[in-house]
Formats: sequence, C-alpha cells, structure tokens
Amino acid sequence: MSTDYLILGARLLGEEPADLVLRDGVIASLGADTAHPRDGVELVTVDADGLLALPGLVDLHTHLREPGREDTETVLTGSRAAAAGGFTAVHAMANTTPVADTAGVVEQVHRLGIDAGYVDVRPVGAVSVGLEGTRLAELGAMASSAAGVRVFSDDGHCVDDPVLMRRALEYVKSFDGVIAQHAQEPRLTVGAQMHEGVVSAELGLAGWPAVAEESIIARDILLAEHVGSRLHVCHLSTAGSVDIVRWAKARGIDVTAEVTPHHLLLTDEQARSYDPRYKVNPPLRTAEDVEAVRAGLADGTIDVVATDHAPHAAEDKDCEWPAGAFGMTGLETALPVVQATMVETGRLTWADVARVLSTTPARIGRVSGQGRPVAVGEPANLTLVDPAARRRVEPAAQVTRSRNTPFAGTELPGRVVATFLRGRATVYDGAPVAHEEVNA
Amino acid sequence: MRHLLSTAELTRDEAVRILDTAEAMAATQGRSIKKLPTLRGRTVVNLFFEDSTRTRISFEAAAKRLSADVLNFSAKGSSVSKGESLKDTALTLQAMGIDAVVIRHHDSGAPHRLAHSGWIDVPVLNAGDGTHQHPTQALLDAFTLRRHLSADGETPAPEDTALDGASVVIVGDVLHSRVARSNVSLLHTLGARVTVVAPPTLLPVGIEPWPCEVRYDLDEALAEAVPDAVMMLRVQRERMTSAGGFFPSPHEYHRRYGLDGERLARLPERCVVMHPGPMNRGLEISAEAADSPRSTIVEQVGNGVAVRMAALYLLLAGEEGIA
Ligand SMILES: [Zn+2]
Repeated sequence: MSTDYLILGARLLGEEPADLVLRDGVIASLGADTAHPRDGVELVTVDADGLLALPGLVDLHTHLREPGREDTETVLTGSRAAAAGGFTAVHAMANTTPVADTAGVVEQVHRLGIDAGYVDVRPVGAVSVGLEGTRLAELGAMASSAAGVRVFSDDGHCVDDPVLMRRALEYVKSFDGVIAQHAQEPRLTVGAQMHEGVVSAELGLAGWPAVAEESIIARDILLAEHVGSRLHVCHLSTAGSVDIVRWAKARGIDVTAEVTPHHLLLTDEQARSYDPRYKVNPPLRTAEDVEAVRAGLADGTIDVVATDHAPHAAEDKDCEWPAGAFGMTGLETALPVVQATMVETGRLTWADVARVLSTTPARIGRVSGQGRPVAVGEPANLTLVDPAARRRVEPAAQVTRSRNTPFAGTELPGRVVATFLRGRATVYDGAPVAHEEVNA
Repeated sequence: MRHLLSTAELTRDEAVRILDTAEAMAATQGRSIKKLPTLRGRTVVNLFFEDSTRTRISFEAAAKRLSADVLNFSAKGSSVSKGESLKDTALTLQAMGIDAVVIRHHDSGAPHRLAHSGWIDVPVLNAGDGTHQHPTQALLDAFTLRRHLSADGETPAPEDTALDGASVVIVGDVLHSRVARSNVSLLHTLGARVTVVAPPTLLPVGIEPWPCEVRYDLDEALAEAVPDAVMMLRVQRERMTSAGGFFPSPHEYHRRYGLDGERLARLPERCVVMHPGPMNRGLEISAEAADSPRSTIVEQVGNGVAVRMAALYLLLAGEEGIA
C-alpha cells in the first residue's frame, strides 16, 4: 500500500509555517491542510511544529567505497547514512576497486544505488584510466551510460599534467560534463602529512603547503578560461584559494568551488593529538583559513558545501599519524556543522543553506529532479530538521559503517527528523526506514 | 612526570631536577660496582622501530645499572617489523606486565600515541620519534653544557643550576632534526639564548614562534652570538642529491655551514663543540673540530647513560631514594 504524507506546520526554508501534502512522488499541495484520504492509500500525518522543511540535500563528494572496500562502507550503508543526514542525492567518487573509469563500473554503482533506494546515487567517473593521470578514461561512454555521468574526477589524485587537464576540460563540453579537480601539486606534497606551518614545524610532520593547492587552482582556472569550459574545485581549503576563485568569478570564468564541513570548523591545531582521526586531504588548515572559507561561503565565492565523506576501517585510524589514512566521515554531521558555523553565526539563512547544500550542487552535477524549490508539482525530495535539537556526536550511534568522525564527543546543533525521496520516507522519527520498506 | 615525550612539556624545575638526579647517578658510576638496586624486579622494554644501536645500548646500560630487567624489541627480525602495528605490539607488551617502554620510532608522534591512546598503561620514554623530539639527547646535551659552564666538564655541576645566560648556536639540518627541536625548547626553558643557523631549505616553514634566533650565515652568527657552545647537527648525504635536493653539493655545504679549522679557531676560548653523533666528518664537521680538546662528543656519550638513568628513575621510582 502506498502512503501519502500530510506535514503540518513545517517552516519552509526556515520561513513561515505551512502544511504540505506529498502524494504520488510530488508536492501535491502547499498551504493550509488540504489532504483528503484516498482509497487504498494510507495517509500519515506528521506534526512538524518547530521543524524546518528543506529541499533534500545533494552531496557532490561522497566516497561510498563499493566496489572494493565493503568492510568500510557499501552503497547501501553509505546511502542510508546520507539519508540520515538529510540527503536525497549523493555523488559517489570514482576511487573504488576497480576504479569507476568505465561504463560498466559506473552502471554497477548506479544500479546498487537504485537497489538501496535511500538516495539518488550519481556515480562520478574517473578522468583518467585507473586514476593514473596519463590518458583519458572513456568519458563519453560513462556519460551516455545508464548512469548518465556528468561529474568527472580523479579525486584523491590531482590531474597534475596540464595537457591532460586541458583535454579533459575540453572533451566533457560535448555532454555538458564538469571536471572536479582535487587540487594538489604532487611534487610539493611528497609525503605530506598535515598543513605546513607553525604546527607542522613543531610536530615534525611533513608539510602540505597551501601553495600546492592554490597553484593548481590558479592553473586550472586559466585553462578553463582558455578553452571555455566549466571547472569545479573540490574541497577548497585555504584563504589563498578563496581569493583566486573570487578573482576568477569576477573575471567571468565558469568555475564553482566546494568546501567541506570539517574545513569550516576544525584547524591544524587538532594534529597536536597525533590522532589520525584528524588526518584528511587536503589537511585541516589554520584559523585564518577557516575564517576565509566561511567568508567565501557567505559571499558566494564558494558555491557549495560537500562532505568528502571518507569512511575508513578502525585499524587505519587507530595507529600512528603517518600510518593513518586520509579522510573523515561527514554525511551525518554536514548539516549540523553548517548550522553551527554559518547559520548560528548569522552568515547564512536557511534559504542559503538550501542553496549551498541542495540547489547549487544539483545544478553543478546536472542532477534532474533534485535541488528543486519547495513548491507544488515539484518532486517530493525533502528533509525535515529540528534546528533546536543539540546532540553529542557518538561514532557508534552513526549510521555509516565506519567510525572515523572527527566530531566524536562534540555537541552539534540540529537533527534530521525525516527525509523523503520522491514522497517516500527514507528517514522517519529520526531513524532510517528499514531497507525492505524503502525499496518496496 | 608520567611520561617523557617532549622537552616542550618540561618545566624548568622538572628539567633541573632531571639534571640534578643525573649528577647523583653519575656519582655512583665512579664506583667499582656501578649497579644500583633501585629498579630491581622492574621490566623496561626497549621498543626500537628504527635502528640505533648506540641509543639502544645507552638505554640498556642505564636500565641495567638500576637493576631493571631489559627486553629488547627491535624492528628487524621480529613481529615488530612491517605487519604488526604499534597498537598490537603495545597490547602484547601490556599483557606481559612490563613497567616502562622506551620507544624509538620513525614516525613523529608515535610515542605520544603510545602514551595517550589507551593501548598501554605504563610510562613511555621517547628515544627519538621521526623529525619531532629526542628529549634525552637534549637533556644529556644540557647536562654536558651545565658542567662546562660551571667548571671543566668533569666536575659535577652545582645542584639547582640551569643554563641562564649561556649562548648556544645550533647549526645544520634543523628541518629534519629531532635533536634541534628538543634542544631549542630545553635550552630556552633552562635560560640559554639559542641561535639556529642553516640554509633556508633546511629550516621549517613556521619556525617563527620558536624561542630562538634564526640565521642563514654561520660566520655572522658565530661572531654575534659569542657562543658558549656550538652544536653541529648531522646532515644526511641523501638530502642533497637529486632534483629538489636541499643543497647543491657536500662541498658547498661544508664551506658555508661546516665547522672547519678556521671557524674553530675563531670561537671564543670557553666555547665547546657538541655533536649528537654519528658524525659525517668532512661534511658538517671537520676532523680538526671533532678531535679538538673543545669537543665534548665522547663526554656526551658517557653523560647519556647518567641522564637516561635519571629519566628512568624519575619515571619509575619517583620519590623513593637513591641507594
Ligand atoms: Zn579529494
């Protein structure tokens, strides 16, 4: 039996309360309660007093680890964690085993996403064969596959060869694709462990200098301008990168940029613990950089927040810092961190949050039916959030299969109460709906 | 003192207490029977993930002269070699009921992780971690220098004294040197004035807050600092070759930053020459400097045992008296 939802008194994008009816996968009405029970359809009423209604969140940067590292995450567990975080679509990064560099692999990931049923899983295709940075993967085949890939990235590896980067930027124009670059000059970051600065000098950990990110971003922006392509900058992390992107936008270059929640909140001071939970690539930067990326997100220089959710096995984090893996989980803490760093500081409204976590990422990824306005006739992709809740992050209580959250023990605001994917609840009463029900 | 991980964590009083305790230990070493019963029945593990026979032997001698049992775990030819993690090794040692771990590790921060991750519940003594810290080396350098400031280097230094007013110049590969990091902190804590000298490629970005002066020109630095000690750091030859090398050639390094006979002759009369060993003669130090009467290099090795006895004693026996 299908279900209609009558949501009472949700504040749309944090503004005035309204009642919503979700029926047949779309928002059927908006305003005062207009739900009528239908024959053979269950009508569930949700009291949303005090809750926000946001369009379902869209992540441009998620590592779901399947195929290859199902011990740390699968498409099913990762997309369920995404739904728990308020997402209705995620982009699954290509650094799996095998690498998502063929139509076969991206179609497999896409299929797994449909079977899981929690969010739209949009595979990201590798730019180069095997992420090796030497020759282009079959970008066109991935674009025209059932997965309909539009975002291409060698994430984790920088496409450092300027000729290969130029060709990739040019080639994807024919199917409106975008190259999402992990900006890291490889020679300047050999063996790099953490941000290069005062803290690395003291700790004796090899430095990852800001210039290694900024020089690649500057080069790529100029390449994108030269060939008239669009460029997306992954997880920008430094004040200098913000300045360069700001300059590019003022010049009219078609560049977009993302920042992660952890770069909005944490600094390189965390490395003093030598605890690899704080080891991530690009590394946590200084307090000045944190302030610069917040300002960049507030003024629109940075277009989106993307999680770079990177699950890792316990043994890859419960070890010495240099032996530890790069990466942090983030799907379930993204919205709370944005609320803490941007909304509660008065720098973004909830409508802005919908823009940076839903509308714009959907537009960059060319994801149809996502990131749409909360309006009658639109797909019923929504999340209901209690902004007054405050919770301490408990790694073991998270939905993701991995425990490597850098926010363990931190109190963060906001709680996702329900998430709807085309009118079906994927999260209800604050907990993911059982898999059998989601893909029934 | 629960662990000895970094000289940056030592207060002046703690540092002076270690030096005073080391003098007491050294005094017992002149006796024909050097062994003290202090740590009888205790087990100290030397956990060496990085080869260093000289440091391991120094710690082993220190523990044995305090009557502790010593277990040597070294990376080569044991489960500690690649495969078993530091955590698993720590859990094994904990299960064996050991009383302290002396750890040498190629990764910066490994001793800190061992002490603070809940893997093990005994004092941890850092015997050198990556390019981070080597606190007992800095303590033995301070011990050696304190003796030279008060007398001839052989006579015990008076109790409760520090290094106030002393001028120390540290020369060489500061970027990769745990000895430099440990010494800058400790010398500053003990009241000395520190100058570090290196080519800019061998200084870390982010050195600005360090409590020392930073110079690129050795001759100017020596002339201005009027040093009581010059500490020459080991320079690894592999650092200079290949593209992206840190300096053009050994010859150029020696000419600009080496302690040769000419620079040796220009040092103030009281100034001693220190080196943590092992030396690259002809690179950072000439044979003339290494073998000169100003050189404390052999003394440093002997003093190392006394300082390590003091550290083990303070970590394991605390307030109990010295027999
Ligand atoms: Zn990346």
